[in-house]
Amino acid sequence: MSEGQEDKRIPIYVDGEELKVDPGTNLIDAVALAGKEVPHYCYHPKLSVVGNCRMCLVEMGMPGRDRATGEPMLEEDGSPKIMWVPKPVIACATNAAPGMHVRTESDLVKECREGVMEFLLVNHPLDCPICDQAGECRLQEFATDYGRGYSRFIEQKNVKPKRTRLGPRVMLDDERCILCSRCIRFCEEVAEDPVLGFVDRGSYTTLTAFPGKELANNYSLNTVDICPVGALTSTDFRFKMRVWFLKETDSIDTESSVGCNTVVGSREGKIYRITPRRNDHVNDTWMPDSGRALYKQVEAENRLTGYSIEGRPCSPDEAFSLAATLLKGHRAAIVGSGRLSVEEQYLLRRMREAVGGDAPTFLVGRTGEGDGKLLSADRNPNTRGALLTGLVDTLPKEDLHDLAHLIAEGEVDTLLVAGEDLTQAGVTREQLKRVQIVYMGTHHNDTSSVAKVEIPVLTVFEKSGTFVNQQFRVQKFAQAVPGPKGVLFGLSNYTRLLETLGSPRRIAPSPSNVWKEMAGDVPEFADLRFEDIPRTGTVVDDSRFAHLPFVEGPGFHFNPERAAETAGA
Amino acid sequence: MATKVVERKPLSLAERTFLPQIVSGLRVTMKNMFKAPVTLEYPDERPDIPPGYRGVPTLVKDPNGREKCVSCQLCEFVCPPKAIRITPAEIPEDAETAHVEKAPEEFEINMLRCIYCGLCQEVCPEEAIFLQDIFSVTGTSREELVFKKDKLYALGGTLPDSHFKWDKKKADELAGNPHH
Repeated sequence: MSEGQEDKRIPIYVDGEELKVDPGTNLIDAVALAGKEVPHYCYHPKLSVVGNCRMCLVEMGMPGRDRATGEPMLEEDGSPKIMWVPKPVIACATNAAPGMHVRTESDLVKECREGVMEFLLVNHPLDCPICDQAGECRLQEFATDYGRGYSRFIEQKNVKPKRTRLGPRVMLDDERCILCSRCIRFCEEVAEDPVLGFVDRGSYTTLTAFPGKELANNYSLNTVDICPVGALTSTDFRFKMRVWFLKETDSIDTESSVGCNTVVGSREGKIYRITPRRNDHVNDTWMPDSGRALYKQVEAENRLTGYSIEGRPCSPDEAFSLAATLLKGHRAAIVGSGRLSVEEQYLLRRMREAVGGDAPTFLVGRTGEGDGKLLSADRNPNTRGALLTGLVDTLPKEDLHDLAHLIAEGEVDTLLVAGEDLTQAGVTREQLKRVQIVYMGTHHNDTSSVAKVEIPVLTVFEKSGTFVNQQFRVQKFAQAVPGPKGVLFGLSNYTRLLETLGSPRRIAPSPSNVWKEMAGDVPEFADLRFEDIPRTGTVVDDSRFAHLPFVEGPGFHFNPERAAETAGA
Repeated sequence: MATKVVERKPLSLAERTFLPQIVSGLRVTMKNMFKAPVTLEYPDERPDIPPGYRGVPTLVKDPNGREKCVSCQLCEFVCPPKAIRITPAEIPEDAETAHVEKAPEEFEINMLRCIYCGLCQEVCPEEAIFLQDIFSVTGTSREELVFKKDKLYALGGTLPDSHFKWDKKKADELAGNPHH
């Protein structure tokens, strides 16, 4: 509670223990605040409440009042008399009210849960050994926690369609479906592409896509995430790896400046899937499908894995010293990337200072159509990082004709290219051949093929660092898998090159050390330490850049006009 | 440190002749000469393997020749020395066992790592892996001792099945729903 505001929270009593919650809090969330669990399937904090799974039944009561006088009714010992609702109520459709009492562990509640679990399991195929959800399945978990432990059902189970293709990325097994309707509500309310529904209502209720429609929108895989059982599965992840083997690492989606929070699931250095991570300020619990396929770049065919000079493999030190010779004393230009982390962009800026300070610096812009949700128009995850760190002071252009012009005029001898393919940005191969190129990147491309020095660097999954998203929110990502064999770890490629360029001070190649350096150079980061950035990110002051015409339109938790107003105020 | 001199008893006459010892030793020899031997002439003779013996882990098929493993990877998870490595795959939709959906593409057991604990057999929900009666594993290279799927099936053979879980499932599917 901030100062000057009175505490509006109300007391409720969970199993007799007092708890203060905001008025109107959903009872499932309120009980969770007390450290207890109300099992539920259909309730999802970011979707509307339908209350059709009946798993969250609890006992509820309010302090009684005398009808005639309106006086509170009291027990003999003076405590308020609780008028319990005669039947259990569903917690998901009940909001906390002052003085409300809830019983989550009474015999009646336990019996209710056992009954609901038994009915859900009646037609469930119990094919956990081949089900991808096994290990993160709510039905499995609640069956062991709240089920009765044996089956009384001897009749034949319902037969429903299996291996149904709902869309290009989603498969459906109707026998596993427990009819919670989360996916239907998601498609309607969040994706705004209502294509799913129930047919054959009754004992044989079946989830299906409407005739002639398919679940093909760019948010379809979120239905797989919210499916509490294994009914909806991802075609890409299907049968690839059991979830209990996956090591989960916090990461950030790099496909646009929204910066969706993600979890990367990897096993023994190989990434298997990317799923969204809840961040109520950025992406709620969703992410676009396009961002989930980005892990494939790690093992791409054209991955750059070795240091080389003119195509010949060399040691990292040879590459750095030649790069430094090429950059120093020549007229150099630097091309950075909005895909680099904040730390890398800052180290690039330091390299520019080390080679003379007036080297023209460019950033390659990437724009696409924003979808008004979690894919913004700026397809660089870290344009604002480049502005904050001082690498550039204007918004990037997609076409680097200024650089092409400089090369054509012969005003540039050496190019330091970090993570971009200049042939895609308006500079021709012939022009590139006229200058000496030091290429730092993750993959081979047309620019690297004409480069004098190639320095392999790490993808976002192989390093730790930060991005600054469209809200000027600094968000951390962590290393999920080790980099390719032979490539220097962490920020070493940048710090070593900077050192070779003759920078006065050595910087240890970790984000936290680079942040200590940045604290002095970047006013917005002055009192921010890398370690202090929370998991959900922290917003920094954007008033220095309020005049810039950023390309993003409104999206989830982002309104450019309001952002501009607050920045101007 | 103080030393203690042990007092030795002088030998008796019988002991000095060694005759009683020789006789008692010959008696033992004679007794064993006419008794059945307790050792086996291995490898010409093989021991009887008691039921429940934990030999080499093998994969088995059901009496209809269907491979029982569905690559749920629980054995890989439970294996204490991490000897098991499974590559799961989907059964193509036109296969006879398409209703099982999942089968191992590759199943490796590194016999140099295996400790014959039997946890894989215990954890298997499909009764597909059994430690049977093979106890002698030899090889001339490390690669040879990483048993692949075909070798594991050749060693395992077919075991009787009391469930036919997936056959029943397919029969139900073909029968369809009542009253519909």
